[in-house]
Amino acid sequence: MSVIEVVWMVAKILIVFAVLLLAMAYLTLVERRFVAWFQWRVGPNRVGPLGLIQPIADGVKLLFKQELIPAKADKFVYFLAPAITLIAAFAIISVIPITEHFYIADVNVAILLVLAISSLGTYGIILAGWSSGSKYPLVSGLRACAQMISYELALGFAVIGVVLMAGTFSLHEIVLGQERIWYFIPQILGFVVFLIAGVAETNRAPFDMPECENELVAGYHTEYSAMKFAMFYLGEYVAIINVGMLATVLFLGGWHGPAIFGAGLVGLANLFWFLLKTCAVIFFFIWLRATLPRFRYDQLMRFGWMVLLPLALLNIIITAGIKAFIQ
Amino acid sequence: MNVIELIVFIAAAALALIGAAGMVMSRNPVHSALFLIANFFALAVIFLLLSAPVLAALQVLVYTGAIMVLFLFIIFFFIQPGQKHAYVYSLPWQTFFSGILVIVLISVLVLGLYMGGVFTAEEHVQSAAMKVEELTSPQALGSALFSRYLLPFELTSLLLLAAMLGAVVLARKEKRDDREEKN
Repeated sequence: MSVIEVVWMVAKILIVFAVLLLAMAYLTLVERRFVAWFQWRVGPNRVGPLGLIQPIADGVKLLFKQELIPAKADKFVYFLAPAITLIAAFAIISVIPITEHFYIADVNVAILLVLAISSLGTYGIILAGWSSGSKYPLVSGLRACAQMISYELALGFAVIGVVLMAGTFSLHEIVLGQERIWYFIPQILGFVVFLIAGVAETNRAPFDMPECENELVAGYHTEYSAMKFAMFYLGEYVAIINVGMLATVLFLGGWHGPAIFGAGLVGLANLFWFLLKTCAVIFFFIWLRATLPRFRYDQLMRFGWMVLLPLALLNIIITAGIKAFIQ
Repeated sequence: MNVIELIVFIAAAALALIGAAGMVMSRNPVHSALFLIANFFALAVIFLLLSAPVLAALQVLVYTGAIMVLFLFIIFFFIQPGQKHAYVYSLPWQTFFSGILVIVLISVLVLGLYMGGVFTAEEHVQSAAMKVEELTSPQALGSALFSRYLLPFELTSLLLLAAMLGAVVLARKEKRDDREEKN
């Protein structure tokens, strides 16, 4: 590996990291504005034109807030938990192909890697709940345990349909395989299961049981303040962006789309389509949050095990059957 | 093995050892579980170095991502932050016998590696690595499981099914009175 390649690699990582940080900061603003409009309110519009400086003001406020550590907390685990959440969320992007030639790494087991890292992210929530030494976060941590395990299975099984279609675990090759037809058409069942399980996996409404504020104050991050709270907040939004990008790559054809900027700028068109699709999925997430009421806990578990998992299994059987007998 | 791989290996091996030792020695069960997770993670990195990415990913996905979450789920019910377990529970001569056992295990391991020719045949390393990569690809793994190792694979699934049935029976509500059930 030559020096230029190493420099380009580091530059790519920095670019992706910076863009992701910025996107996540502004996603908080976008979400607040959209939810406000959904609910016939105005939303944060005072700081800067259209409220555009709001995320920066929030960041500065969170940085200068006082740190409070509960007396009964397990200090080391208490500090470790937000770090795990954030690192796991950021690590996933390393294997996502953004355009045909712009990606950090093309790993031949990328899907398994993504599932593995996202399952590590669960630990942030679980450990935060326990290590706070407080009863509401503990209940939240236990809920998160059960929920993540149930929905991770459905998520993994939904992805297997795509793997069967593409015949590879590499995300880059999966996108290449979608040149003629995007997988959400033959894999419509898998796509629906993936989106629902993705919402549950990122702890978003209507599946936000771990931080359900009417019962659990603020759930696992009740006892967290200042920058450590911000890290959970950031982690959640990066996770949303991750699910958006994964849905794009696995089901919506990744970078594929008409070359709208002419034949010379195919890369730019690819980037445009990737971002547009990702934003569409993220908007769907915000829409869901503003529309649907929260599940009850037993409903959530029953839905995961009795509806989503059988549907995902059915999808695998159908896909495998078609692949074995028709093609 | 080049320099970067060597550095990564040393870091991963150190983490694996620290994780294993910490898991046995820490006085708080949650810390034990966390050390075990660190150990699994280090093992996954070592699998990667041995060019077995599928095993590495499955190691993290299954053991760290699922099994240890359930371990923690149970431990959380009983242990609070800051709780220490200070009691000593030991058998007579425990330290002595465990020391002997460790020595025996290590000698068997080293002897096995020596007999397998790991310490001598440096010229075979390259071809062995190629072979490993071929063996550990998802396709090879899948077809091996469903052809050559089909019987052990199916027997394992039978074993897991029995365990699952046991769990279901244990967790099921006992029906004492039908009227009570309706209420």
